[in-house]
Amino acid sequence: MDHSSVRLDGARKSFASPEGTLVTALAGIDLGVKPSEFLTLLGPSGCGKTTLLHAISGFVELDAGRIFIDGEDMTHRPPNKRPVNTVFQSYALFPHMSVGDNVGYALDIARVARPERNARVGAALEMVGLGGLEKRLPRQLSGGQQQRVALARAIVARPKLLLLDEPLSALDRKLRQAMQIELKTLQHELGIAFVFVTHDQEEALTMSDRIAVLNGGEIQQLASPGEVYNRPANGFVASFIGASNLFTGSGSGSGAETIVRTSAGLTVHARMALPSSGPVTALIRPEQFALAPDSGTHGLSELPVSIDQVVFMGMVFEIHGRTDDGQKVVATLPASQQSRIAEAEGRRRAVLTYDPASVHLFPAVSEAA
Amino acid sequence: MSTLKARKRQQLALLLGPVTLFLGIFLLLPLAIMVVYSFLMPGLYGGVEWTYYPHNYGRILGFADPEFEVFDPVYLSIFARSVKIALITVALTLLVCYPAAFQIAALPDRWKNFALFLITLPFFASLIVRLFIWVLILRPTGFINETLGALGLIDRPLDLLYTEGAVILGMVYIYIPFMFLPLYASVEKLDWTLIRASQDLGAGAFDTFRRIILPLTLPGIAGGCIIVFIPALGNFIVPAVLGGAKSMMLGNLIEQQFLAARNWPFGSALAMLVMAVVLVLLFIAIRQERADQPGSGHA
Ligand SMILES: Nc1ncnc2c1ncn2[C@@H]1O[C@H](COP(=O)(O)OP(=O)(O)OP(=O)(O)O)[C@@H](O)[C@H]1O
Ligand SMILES: [Mg+2]
Repeated sequence: MDHSSVRLDGARKSFASPEGTLVTALAGIDLGVKPSEFLTLLGPSGCGKTTLLHAISGFVELDAGRIFIDGEDMTHRPPNKRPVNTVFQSYALFPHMSVGDNVGYALDIARVARPERNARVGAALEMVGLGGLEKRLPRQLSGGQQQRVALARAIVARPKLLLLDEPLSALDRKLRQAMQIELKTLQHELGIAFVFVTHDQEEALTMSDRIAVLNGGEIQQLASPGEVYNRPANGFVASFIGASNLFTGSGSGSGAETIVRTSAGLTVHARMALPSSGPVTALIRPEQFALAPDSGTHGLSELPVSIDQVVFMGMVFEIHGRTDDGQKVVATLPASQQSRIAEAEGRRRAVLTYDPASVHLFPAVSEAA
Repeated sequence: MSTLKARKRQQLALLLGPVTLFLGIFLLLPLAIMVVYSFLMPGLYGGVEWTYYPHNYGRILGFADPEFEVFDPVYLSIFARSVKIALITVALTLLVCYPAAFQIAALPDRWKNFALFLITLPFFASLIVRLFIWVLILRPTGFINETLGALGLIDRPLDLLYTEGAVILGMVYIYIPFMFLPLYASVEKLDWTLIRASQDLGAGAFDTFRRIILPLTLPGIAGGCIIVFIPALGNFIVPAVLGGAKSMMLGNLIEQQFLAARNWPFGSALAMLVMAVVLVLLFIAIRQERADQPGSGHA
């Protein structure tokens, strides 16, 4: 009926906690994963990412709602009858089986004839760059290699969808970055949808076609990485992804020109229509700030700050300051401006400028402030 | 450096010395005596004659006289019965404990510990007392017969006590904790995400059990079987209390030879036989474990 590879309709799940209260892990999730899409579930610990993944793979039975895979209702199918495979966070390789037997497991279960089985195992291992290691045992592999075996094992049966639960979190930084690219490449080659779980926002931004930001069992925003970063739907998304400067107050203005006035009297200009009546939050990313030129006009809005600290980060300087009414502000400035930054640091004051067009507004929610 | 090494050696000797001495005097020495006795001629009124006499072993195999004329398999049949009863005990305890281990491993921690406590509880009561409780339950005027009689299901008491069945029952009863603990240790260690992974890859309950759960708990199964089989083979208390003359086991025979018959050489030879079986089993088990050990296969 639709063209989603997976579709969840009003998926709900709560768990009884040991303290006797009900914990809502999924609070009515509607989600469609497009075929051959790389979709990332991003959110803080306990927000329901694993539960959502398990609802798709069948390890969690929903309290309410339905799940369709390729248009077929899978809501009550057991996990072993669903055309999806999972890469587990702990890899979950069978310790008593060789790499070849691990990878061939799904094919052995499906009683695939030996020659074909061996060929496919070899091909899957080749794909993840582990050709020829069939005879090894999992414990004779490095963490990165085990990760690849888990990957090969999950794709060998050609699932319609691959689920990955924080597969890279156990790897060191370098390896993780290499694997991010490899995963992306692999997904292109396979042409199937990946649903990828992470709580690392950088990872989500690099890899995804779309990101579903979760909090408290609800999808806060489902959009492309650029959209999620530049036009967050709410304060949670804005502060969870990237560093952000948030100014909440009452908005006024006409048409596309808006002025946000915080309760402390600070004003922020935005070239964007008010998203709603009521309090509004303005977001300025740290990299959108610049130092005001010493002389001449610049045609930008200004924000004077006192400087608390300047941190050298390699390509950029990070300036931690605060506005006159005490709100903290972070700005990142290119390292090429070193001398002017040093000068400002000496004065302990700077005037930051920003383009009102780069300011994003979203409705403020009192609890998110 | 060398002084350090010497000091270490000294410490080691000091630590291990007493144990070595103790085991030497109270285990190895008597064992050596038994080995020697098993090849000596039994004295007429107990004791031994110091002449080489291999026929104690011949007698076990059924050749009662030095001339190998009469074949009497009575001891072989006792040996066979002992092995049979020990194997049945192993099988039944395994059957009871394996599912129970999974049940208990799945309990919340608090209940888990309580269940483990219950299983080890019998260790706190005397073995003889526990076996005599079964006598009270099984005897003609015991609990089972009285109950069945009162219900009108039987008009004559059933012969429950002093049967092979009673012996097996008692053995299973005694050895359940021995089987359970090693089983539980391996079941408890089982990584449940592996079972999930197996399901995820399309395996149903049967395949998951056969290909994942069974191989991964096999060390516990093997351990439990050996730990039950070895003492069950030589057990003499259970048959003595619950078994009749017809269900005599090796343990009773050995006891009888040493005490009643005062034929120490023959008793020693029987004990050697039991020990040989046990050692062979242990040897196989250790070899097996080595083969399953990490890294040994490919490194
Ligand atoms: N089997 C369970 N029993 C009870 N509560 C559970 C169970 N599984 C999950 N929960 C609860 O449901 C909520 C969501 O859990 P979930 O595992 O989906 O979080 P997550 O987003 O994957 O977190 P993390 O990033 O830490 O893995 C949490 O509050 C968790 O405590
Ligand atoms: Mg999780």
